[in-house]
Amino acid sequence: MPNAAISLRLQINGHLHDLTVEPRVTLLDALREQFGLTGTKKGCDQGQCGACTVHVDGQRVLACLTLAAQVEGRTVTTIEGLGEEALHPVQAAFLEHDAFQCGYCTPGQIMSAVACIREGHAGTDDEIREYMSGNLCRCGAYPNIVAAIRQAAEASR
Amino acid sequence: MRNFAYRRAGSVDDARRAAAEAGAMLLAGGTTLLDLAKCGVAAPETVVDITHLRGLDTIAHDPSGVTIGALAKMSAVATDRGICAHYPAVSEALWQAASAQLRNMATIGGNLMQRTRCAYFRDPVAFPACNKRNPGSGCAAIGGVTRNHAVLGTSQSCIATNPGDLAVALVALDAEIVLGERRVAADAFFLLPGATPQREHAIEPGEIITAIRIPVSAAACNSTYLKVRGRQSYEFAAASAAVGMEFEADGRTIRDIRVALGGVATKPWRVHAVEAVLKGQELSPEAIDRAAALATEGAVIHGDNRTKISLVQRVVARAIINRKPRGIA
Repeated sequence: MPNAAISLRLQINGHLHDLTVEPRVTLLDALREQFGLTGTKKGCDQGQCGACTVHVDGQRVLACLTLAAQVEGRTVTTIEGLGEEALHPVQAAFLEHDAFQCGYCTPGQIMSAVACIREGHAGTDDEIREYMSGNLCRCGAYPNIVAAIRQAAEASR
Repeated sequence: MRNFAYRRAGSVDDARRAAAEAGAMLLAGGTTLLDLAKCGVAAPETVVDITHLRGLDTIAHDPSGVTIGALAKMSAVATDRGICAHYPAVSEALWQAASAQLRNMATIGGNLMQRTRCAYFRDPVAFPACNKRNPGSGCAAIGGVTRNHAVLGTSQSCIATNPGDLAVALVALDAEIVLGERRVAADAFFLLPGATPQREHAIEPGEIITAIRIPVSAAACNSTYLKVRGRQSYEFAAASAAVGMEFEADGRTIRDIRVALGGVATKPWRVHAVEAVLKGQELSPEAIDRAAALATEGAVIHGDNRTKISLVQRVVARAIINRKPRGIA
């Protein structure tokens, strides 16, 4: 059986997990269906909306275009692992600025924003817009999202 | 997405052998392979993961150029200090491509191997006719909605636009694609569709991109990539240009110039005619306009894409103006 399920050991939010899945299973589906980590959202499922943004080895990536098998041996962080004790400063800034309406894109926005600030790409509103362009918000909460990221970036300096 | 067998290549040689097997596809960043698998265009029997291979992600500068490992991420190359200093068009093409997340995933080698594609190609259920997917089946795009289709390098078989940004800069800067022992000029690596649009790259079964080599030049140091699109970010080029220029000591006569176009052709489109008419000339608005008009020599319009002609001419002119020395009108 060449396409038989494969066994993987993944490190997610600081914990090791064993799972057995078909090779085609994406990181997004593994997180949601195998581990119950439904904070990572499935929006377009084809790399266009950013709702599934997670961190792999500290870098923001799209879980929908990543195979679960690809991240064995790497460190995965989801929205659930961002602020386990208290809210992460970016989460707090999103609350303060009301940077969402329906909230579906918000976990992806926040994971992307945390990385955007860490990369040093949150210096101006224009830079934030450019480097957050991979995260769509169909409610159009962009002005408040930019304001939240700008405040969190300034507070982190 | 159809299921497949998954295995990790243990070495470059292992990857080469695996890639030569029928039904096998290499997985690097996976951004385009998984996308095409999900929409039913790609159906690999075996996916060979090469992301764990070591030593293929380095960016090595030397006095005559730079060698970029095939597994270097787009984001790493875009922000490399040597790339920004000596090959700015490469950095600018990269940070204006895709999104920040995709640039963290996609590799330089995989970027060059992305398919030349259009909306009809990506939808096999609604549009069975596609000479790329199924040679001889016809082209659903011709006579369809063609606003984003190519005006240069098209054939009766295919009018899809090459989506690359990096590739345009590489073609302008005379880069080479390193396939292990063999090297291919970037311009020759990308193939015209002709009667065989299913074949897009000058790479043989069992070959694998190991690196990209860009030679250093004054024109590369003074280069830029200008990209115009339907929305400001995270969008394919409606038209783009990579331009590099070197000036004589007088600061106004062009000694060397490279121009390549993106978003308008079936492959990254070097325009030697534009270069030839400007080389040895003093830069002036008239000279720029005259040269830019030559960028679309041989263009063929399909339905809705007439705007690309004037658009790309203006993009070429603007890119040249952006790289002219200060004090020149």
